Amino acid sequence: MANREIIRIEGLEKVYDMGEVRVKALHGVDLTIEEGSYVAIMGASGSGKSTLLNILGCLDRPTAGKYYLGGEDVASMDDDQLSAFRGRTLGFVFQSYNLIQQLSVIENIFVPLFYQGLDLSDREKHCEDLADLVGLGDRTDHRPKQLSGGQQQRVAIARSLVNDPLLILADEPTGNLDSKTGLEILDLFDRLNQQGKTMILVTHGDEVAERAQRVVHMKDGVIDREDVKRAPVKVDNSKKLELTG
Amino acid sequence: MRLKTLIRIVQLGIKSLLLHKMRSGLTMLGIIFGVCSVIAMLAIGEGASYEAQEAIKKLGSSNIIIRSVKPPQEKSMSSAKRDYVNDYGLTYQDANSIRATIKNVDTVLPMRIIREEVRFNSIMFPVQVIGTHPIYPDMTGLEVVRGRFLTYTDERSRNNICVLTASLAEHLFPYENPVEQEVRMGADYFKVVGIVRETSIEKQRPQAGESEGATVDHNVYVPLSSAKARFGETIINRSAGSYQAEKVELHQITVRFTSTDAVQTAVPQIKTLLEKFHDTADYEVIVPIELLRQAEQTKRIFNIVLGSIAAISLIVGGIGIMNIMLATVTERTREIGIRRALGAKKHDIVTQFLVETVVLSIGGGLIGVVFGVVIPVIVSHLADMKTIVTPISVIIAFGISGAVGVVFGIYPASQAADLDPIEALRHE
Repeated sequence: MANREIIRIEGLEKVYDMGEVRVKALHGVDLTIEEGSYVAIMGASGSGKSTLLNILGCLDRPTAGKYYLGGEDVASMDDDQLSAFRGRTLGFVFQSYNLIQQLSVIENIFVPLFYQGLDLSDREKHCEDLADLVGLGDRTDHRPKQLSGGQQQRVAIARSLVNDPLLILADEPTGNLDSKTGLEILDLFDRLNQQGKTMILVTHGDEVAERAQRVVHMKDGVIDREDVKRAPVKVDNSKKLELTG
Repeated sequence: MRLKTLIRIVQLGIKSLLLHKMRSGLTMLGIIFGVCSVIAMLAIGEGASYEAQEAIKKLGSSNIIIRSVKPPQEKSMSSAKRDYVNDYGLTYQDANSIRATIKNVDTVLPMRIIREEVRFNSIMFPVQVIGTHPIYPDMTGLEVVRGRFLTYTDERSRNNICVLTASLAEHLFPYENPVEQEVRMGADYFKVVGIVRETSIEKQRPQAGESEGATVDHNVYVPLSSAKARFGETIINRSAGSYQAEKVELHQITVRFTSTDAVQTAVPQIKTLLEKFHDTADYEVIVPIELLRQAEQTKRIFNIVLGSIAAISLIVGGIGIMNIMLATVTERTREIGIRRALGAKKHDIVTQFLVETVVLSIGGGLIGVVFGVVIPVIVSHLADMKTIVTPISVIIAFGISGAVGVVFGIYPASQAADLDPIEALRHE
């Protein structure tokens, strides 16, 4: 039995109106992604992959076309609805970690829940578990500045998991890391995917894309070609996340 | 918004501000100075006007005070009589006329003030001898601390008795009980029958002989009839080979009315009456209730001026806060982008930055209140000035500081919220 579909994109177009010039970044993209997928989006600069990622991440709205995430029509949401939707259904991992400097590790992990109106004291255990999961259980009081790049990225990954998202979006997650640390992060992604997490990763690196189950190549605002290497992992939502081993 | 969330946001704001302690502190200075100066200035102003008003109130709101004033010199020289005796001022006749013709008069208190020297054994002090009636303490708030004040018997029999002020008694009689002692003034001896403590208004009374020479701190009270009998009505000042004589019957007449309202109608009547008997303007009419109104008016103007200065300093403080917050928004663009990506709505960002400015301004306000309350205390200790910190000034200053935070925080906060999350995330 195939996994349920969580992303459906139909005829997605994005036009940037820069005063006199209108730049068409996406020319009709169609894409469906099932739960448990591990998708790498590749492409040269200007291919539209960043624009696609922004729309997938609900940070931007398409000019035309349809985008359903988890069955909800994202294209029709207003700014506040998009914000709330992001907070509920998405996890972000950025190239430059993007932790908030004045907050401790545990507080950084908690941020998405804070904007859902939750209280850290009620969810402290959950956040600590996630810190444990990414191997930073003993550093929950540290500030981002006191951590290495790899550790910061681990915090970011823990943060992306805190709201139990439908989808984790990673934008060049290993771009700022040395190759060894980068591999550790990719291993972590692999394990997350094996546990049934749906991942979309934007990258330049072939070695990063190799690990994905499916690679989408973008060119000039459309999907150029796709390689599907294997079927998405089976998803069992009843199981708790475990990353040991 | 729930209280818990608000507390979290405030904690977060404080944390962000503590990240740049120096900058936050300097930003708060504007508000600190503003609030502190409002409270301190108002306290000093309030104290000063309180003292002035108390002084006027002691003159009595239902009183009119008429004083003898030496007419301008050239006028008296050009007058026909060149007998070296300067004859001017209020008379017994004036006092009697007022008592007889003005309506609603309760009491008329005549007063003579003569410069003399008081001696006891070898101790001598320059004093003002005040000849007056026994009702004097009632009308001026003089407090008898030992013995008694003058009586009508003393007045009728022109007794050689006197009442000393407490400070004079201490100086004249360091070891003895002053009561029943005899002191010498001029050519006569006066028996001390009582000691009084003066309230501040007595010190403000103009000195006899139009303040010639040093002012005199000590007063001796004698019956008016005795003053007339022992010292006469012509007072001779000898100085540096020349001499000058003044003839003044009464130096001051205090008229007490039955009510405050009666004062208003009586003022023009008294002026008309006195004009009939006096060719020159050798008297002045003081109406305490009018002074009180003037003092209140002055205070109102003073408060408006202070309020404007305070408003300006608080606005300057607010601009300082806005300036820093705008810089902060630019500096924290990335953080704003992260928060937006992780689910923060625009109003969450507005709240966050607004809370920071309000924390800055209220923090500054609190410190300002502390300084504003402490500085007047120091001032009153060092400068011997009365200061009154009114709760309302604290509330107003503090309230305005909070309002400044909101008003000047809205623009930077909305700037922060309006950032495009994608742009903000890309910001270096």
